Amino acid sequence: MSTAVIRAEGLGKQYRRGMAETRGTLRDALTNFARAPLAALRRPKQEVFWALKDVSLEVREGEVLGLIGRNGAGKTTLLKILSRITRPTTGWAEIRGRVRSLLEVGTGFHGELSGRENTYLSGSILGMSKREIDRKFDEIVAFAEIDKFIDTPVKHYSSGMYVRLAFAVAAHLEPEILLVDEVLAVGDIAFQKKCLGKMGDVAREGRTIILVSHNMAAINSLCSRCVILNVGGVEFDGPTDKAAARYYAESLSISSGSDLSARRREGSGKARFTSISIQPLDPVGRPLDVAFPGCNLSIDTEIECKSDFAPANLAIIICDSNGYRVVDTNTAQKGQFVSMRTGQVARANFQLREVLLKPGKYIVGLWLGREAMEIIDYVEHATNFDVMESEETSLHVIVFPGVYLCRFDNSVTIQ
Amino acid sequence: MASLTAGPGRDAYSQVLAVPVPRIRIEPPRGWLELRLHEVWQYRELLYFFVWRDIKVRYKQTVIGVLWVVLQPLMTMGVFTIFFGRLAKLPSEGLPYPVFYFAALVPWAYFATALANCTNIVVANQHVITKVYFPRLVLPLAAVCSGLLDFVIGLVVMITLALVFGIHVTATVTLLPFFLILALLTALGVGLWTSALNALYRDVASIIPFIIQFWMLASPVAYPSSLVPARWRWLYGLNPMAGVIDGFRWALTGHGQPPGAQMVASTAMVVVVLVGGLFFFQRIESTVADRV
Repeated sequence: MSTAVIRAEGLGKQYRRGMAETRGTLRDALTNFARAPLAALRRPKQEVFWALKDVSLEVREGEVLGLIGRNGAGKTTLLKILSRITRPTTGWAEIRGRVRSLLEVGTGFHGELSGRENTYLSGSILGMSKREIDRKFDEIVAFAEIDKFIDTPVKHYSSGMYVRLAFAVAAHLEPEILLVDEVLAVGDIAFQKKCLGKMGDVAREGRTIILVSHNMAAINSLCSRCVILNVGGVEFDGPTDKAAARYYAESLSISSGSDLSARRREGSGKARFTSISIQPLDPVGRPLDVAFPGCNLSIDTEIECKSDFAPANLAIIICDSNGYRVVDTNTAQKGQFVSMRTGQVARANFQLREVLLKPGKYIVGLWLGREAMEIIDYVEHATNFDVMESEETSLHVIVFPGVYLCRFDNSVTIQ
Repeated sequence: MASLTAGPGRDAYSQVLAVPVPRIRIEPPRGWLELRLHEVWQYRELLYFFVWRDIKVRYKQTVIGVLWVVLQPLMTMGVFTIFFGRLAKLPSEGLPYPVFYFAALVPWAYFATALANCTNIVVANQHVITKVYFPRLVLPLAAVCSGLLDFVIGLVVMITLALVFGIHVTATVTLLPFFLILALLTALGVGLWTSALNALYRDVASIIPFIIQFWMLASPVAYPSSLVPARWRWLYGLNPMAGVIDGFRWALTGHGQPPGAQMVASTAMVVVVLVGGLFFFQRIESTVADRV
């Protein structure tokens, strides 16, 4: 019976609004004090908000726990408290074992130093001893695939090389407990697979992991148990498949109106998606009321630019109700990039042909950015649509699993 | 999964490694009296890497590099020799002017840089502080240690200079490490306060250059402390750098004030500032990650 290695009871974290801003200048503070000593000493009433409220959980040894939730739900705050980066306001937690946290790719990297020097520096900051780094150095370099460049200053690395080395260092941490925050989505697809594989190895070695990710494929493949955080509290704690279904059931209930101003989004905000509309079309281009497998989709979106940005990739992302990304059509695939100047408005249209998705609910996301360097605007749930049964899919009652409805001809001959 | 039975406080890993499993308790911060100095010792390798990083980066970035370390105090010494020495004819305790000034400028340069680095170091490393745990005290310690290499270089030049002017090193030089440690602790003590304050009020860092200039004039760098009347010497000694500079000159050259009441006052002041700084810094530390 494995023991609990992490136990948390009633954890809460309160922030005062504007806490990230400093208390102004020392000069101001002193002048205020001189003018009205008593008033200055009395702490001003500040608006507070709870990033985490009454979070209790237990993680057993060797468990891989997924932590999911919307942006701002408190996932990173919880990891920061368990990593001791910040102290809780209420509650307590007890951890048995060495904890290492992976909250960012490239922690401690300095551009002027070479890859080798940064490996030692970052490794040490992340918690490895010098002896450990010596021992694993060759493995790290091989994993990162940058053998020839290990002694060049990191400022000369491409963004791909940088993240590969940074992740390689972090991937070779061997703590009893590992806290990972959304760092698996770095590098190209091949490298992401490698990272996921490495995480899998770490899990199989019996280490305890808490994984925060929006990549439901990663969560599904690595985690047996999942906790959903919502506005700072635990909303669900149980098997991953139930958690995923619940999480996506909620997101689908967002109104699918076309105005995007109130949508949750990430990104630098240099431009904003303002609207989206989807129109299913039949093979000759006539509009349809609903989408069915094999139809065409015409997707229109409008972007308003708030400040100039360099050539960026514009992507339409379609995810199924389990959060798997099934379609990613983007301008980069065609070698096209979008640049805009302040004040301009762009209208983009994507014509998706023969969309062979199985009947079900799908979520459409919009992404504008420059891979690994900058996200300009990313609306994860811009709208959703249903793919309805068509004649071909409704010949049999049972719903077969899978996403892609492949067209086929078949014949069976009996000898 | 391993099937070794786990005893109290031990698990499969520790059974194999015979190392007790660390047990951490995470709680809201409690009052002013939390000092976890033993943790700093556990992270001593990280301290080494921070110092190493600072030195490497500094030397990679400047073409003149090593030369600048020596050029700065040499040029100041030149200016002092002309204006305070030849023209103003301030006393120099029997030493040739260049030796008199340089003997003070080496420890002063160390102190000034250490204090400036210390003030900035927490804010400069905010991206690391918000991503990884390590005892934050490691940062000010790294700041005051990274100047030691430059100090040693300056010391070598100092001794050479003294020999050139016919001043021989005496037995008192064995006490040099004590004064160096005092300089380090002063920089650390003050630096802990300024570093924590700088995390709260970002303009503190911009006040530091002025403070250092003023402080230099209040210390026996450009003039000997024998200028201060004997009965005020203890008050003058409340400036810990007075004790450090005088002590340095005396240890290196055998000239000047041997440590006395002034030294006692200086040392006492350093201890007070350091201990206060440690508590203040630790108090602010728990909220630093929320503020940067």
